[in-house]
Amino acid sequence: MKNFGGPVLFLDRADINTDEIIPAKYLTEVKKEALKPYLLEDLKMDGFNTESGWRGRARVIVTRSNFGCGSSREHAPWALEVNDITTVIAPNFARIFRQNMFNGGMLAIELAPETIQEIFSMAGEDEVVCDVDMEAKKLRFSKPGCSKEFSFSLSGFDEALVKAGGWVEFADAKY
Amino acid sequence: MGKTITEKIFDAHLVDEPFAGTRVLSLDVVMCHEITTPVAIADLQWRDKDRVFDPAKIKAVIDHVTPSKDSKSATQAKILRDWAARHGIKDFFDVGKNGVCHALFPEKGFIRPGYTVIMGDSHTCTHGAFGAFAAGVGTTDLEVGILKGVCAFRQPESIKITLKGKIPSGVFAKDVILEVIRTLTVNGATDHVVEFTGEVVERMSMEERMTLCNMAIEAGATSGLCMPDQNTVEYLWPFISSDYSSKAAAVEDFRKWHSDPDASYAKEIEIDVSGLEPVATVGYKPDQVKKVTELGNTKIDQVYIGSCTNGRISDLRVAASIVKGTKLAPGVRGIVSPATPSIFSQALKEGLIEIFMDAGYCVVNPTCGACLGMSTGVLAEGEVCISTTNRNFNGRMGKGGMVHLASPATAAASGIKGYISDPREYLGK
Repeated sequence: MKNFGGPVLFLDRADINTDEIIPAKYLTEVKKEALKPYLLEDLKMDGFNTESGWRGRARVIVTRSNFGCGSSREHAPWALEVNDITTVIAPNFARIFRQNMFNGGMLAIELAPETIQEIFSMAGEDEVVCDVDMEAKKLRFSKPGCSKEFSFSLSGFDEALVKAGGWVEFADAKY
Repeated sequence: MGKTITEKIFDAHLVDEPFAGTRVLSLDVVMCHEITTPVAIADLQWRDKDRVFDPAKIKAVIDHVTPSKDSKSATQAKILRDWAARHGIKDFFDVGKNGVCHALFPEKGFIRPGYTVIMGDSHTCTHGAFGAFAAGVGTTDLEVGILKGVCAFRQPESIKITLKGKIPSGVFAKDVILEVIRTLTVNGATDHVVEFTGEVVERMSMEERMTLCNMAIEAGATSGLCMPDQNTVEYLWPFISSDYSSKAAAVEDFRKWHSDPDASYAKEIEIDVSGLEPVATVGYKPDQVKKVTELGNTKIDQVYIGSCTNGRISDLRVAASIVKGTKLAPGVRGIVSPATPSIFSQALKEGLIEIFMDAGYCVVNPTCGACLGMSTGVLAEGEVCISTTNRNFNGRMGKGGMVHLASPATAAASGIKGYISDPREYLGK
C-alpha cells in the first residue's frame, strides 16, 4: 500500500479537467517520471502559480466537484503520483479519473460539499497537513492552533484495490 | 420492474460481483490507440504477462499523432505496431489505413447492439449510438481488458433524454448535444449513462447518433446510448447480413436490448428541439453554450472541421455546401481532416475536397491531432478557433488558445466571415 497524507494543496475550483492536470502535448511520453515537471501546467484558476512552493511539498489535494473530468488519460493520476501526491479529496470525481486513481492504488476520497467547505476554511498562510488513517477511515487536517477530523468511506472494491496495490494485481489473481 | 438497455447489457455480461455495487463484465471489444496503450503494453511486459485475452476482440489504430511527428510519437506507434504483430491482432490500422478511432471502428462494423466496449479514450461513449455499452477507461483498466477481457464498473443509473419536435434548418446533431450538455452541465451525468430517445433520435442517421453519443462524456456520462433500430440495421447490414434472414429479423432481434417501458431512471428530461438555434461554446467548459446570434463579432483565426464528433461524410457534405464558391476570410486558416480514409476517398469522389481547397482550406489526413493540440493545427497563444471537435478546455488545442465548439455548418460559415457566424444565411441557397 502507498503512503497517504501530508501537506495539502488547495485547488479552489470545480471541474478541473485532465487536460489542465497534464496537457496532451506531454502524452507522447511513455515514462511516468517524465510527466513530473508538467503537473497542473494548464490549470486556469485565479491566483494559481505553477511555480509556487507546493511543488515537491504537497502530498494531498483538496478541491471542488468533478475533479478529473474530460480525457480518460491515466497520465493525470500518474503526474500526481510522480509528484508524490497520492490522495485527492473532493465532493465528487469524474468517473474515469476516480477509477484510475484506485486502479493505481491511490485515493480519491469523496466528502460532502459542506465538509469540503469546512476544510477549505482552514486554507490560508499556514500550511495545512492532512493525516490519513486507512484503518479508522479518518482524515485529520491540522495547522498551528487548529485541527479538524472527518470520517470517510470507501467502497469494498476501492479499498481492496488500494490494499492490493492496484487493479492489475487484483484482477490477475482473480480472473 | 423493467430494465434499461444498460441493465440488460450488464446482466448479459456479468462475470463477477466481488463487492456490493461492483460488477465485473466480460468485454466484446477492447479498442486501443497509440497514446494510452503503450504504457499498458510496457507494464504487461514488465510483469512478464505480455498476453492478450483474444486477438480477434482487440482492435488497434494509430490515430492521435499520425503520421508520427517526432521520435517520441514514432516510438509510441512502433510499440503498438510491434505488439499487434506479436499477438496476431488482425484489426490493426497503420498509416494509410488509419483514421480517428471512433469513426473508423464503427465503419468497420466492429460494434453491435448489446456489446460491451472499452478503450483508453473518453470518447468511447460514441459507440453507444449502436445500442452498446461503450465506456472510456484509463490505461490500467485497458491493460486488464487486454489481458483478461474484463472490466469492473459500478452499475450506473440512467438518465433518459427525450428529444421531441423537429430540428430546424441550420441546426444539427452537434447543436442538439451542446444544448443537452448545457441543460445537464458538465457534472450532471457523472456516474450515469444517458439514453437518447424520442422522435428526433428515431429520425437521426447513425452518423448523427454518433455525434450525439460522442459528447455524452462532456456531461460526465459513462456512456451515451440510442436504441438499435432500422437505421442501425441499415448501417450494419453489410456486416450482419449472413447472421439474419432479413433486415426485419435483425430489427426484431435487436429489440431485445431496448429499455423496457417500465424501466426506472434517475432522471428524465424532455427537450423540444424545434426552437433550437445554431450554437457555439464560450469559455472553457462544454456546458457554456450560447446562440451564435448572441456572439456578436467573435473574431476567429482558424476553422477546424474534423474529429470523432464531426469528421464524417455527412459533416463534410454540409460544410462543403456552405463553403462552395466562397473563400476563407483574409487572415483565417481553414483545416479539414476527414475522419477516416474511406470518408476522405468518398469526399474526393464527391468533389468536396476540391471545394474546400478552392476556398483556401488545408486538407490533412485522418487524425485526432488538432483536437487535443498534438499536431496538424495547434493554436498559438491568444488565437481563436471555431472547431467541430468536442472540448474547449483551456489549452486544449494549444497553450493560450481559445476554442469555440460548433457544428460543421457554423464552422464553415464562420470561416467565410472571419467571425462566428450563423450558417442559416448560407443554407438552402
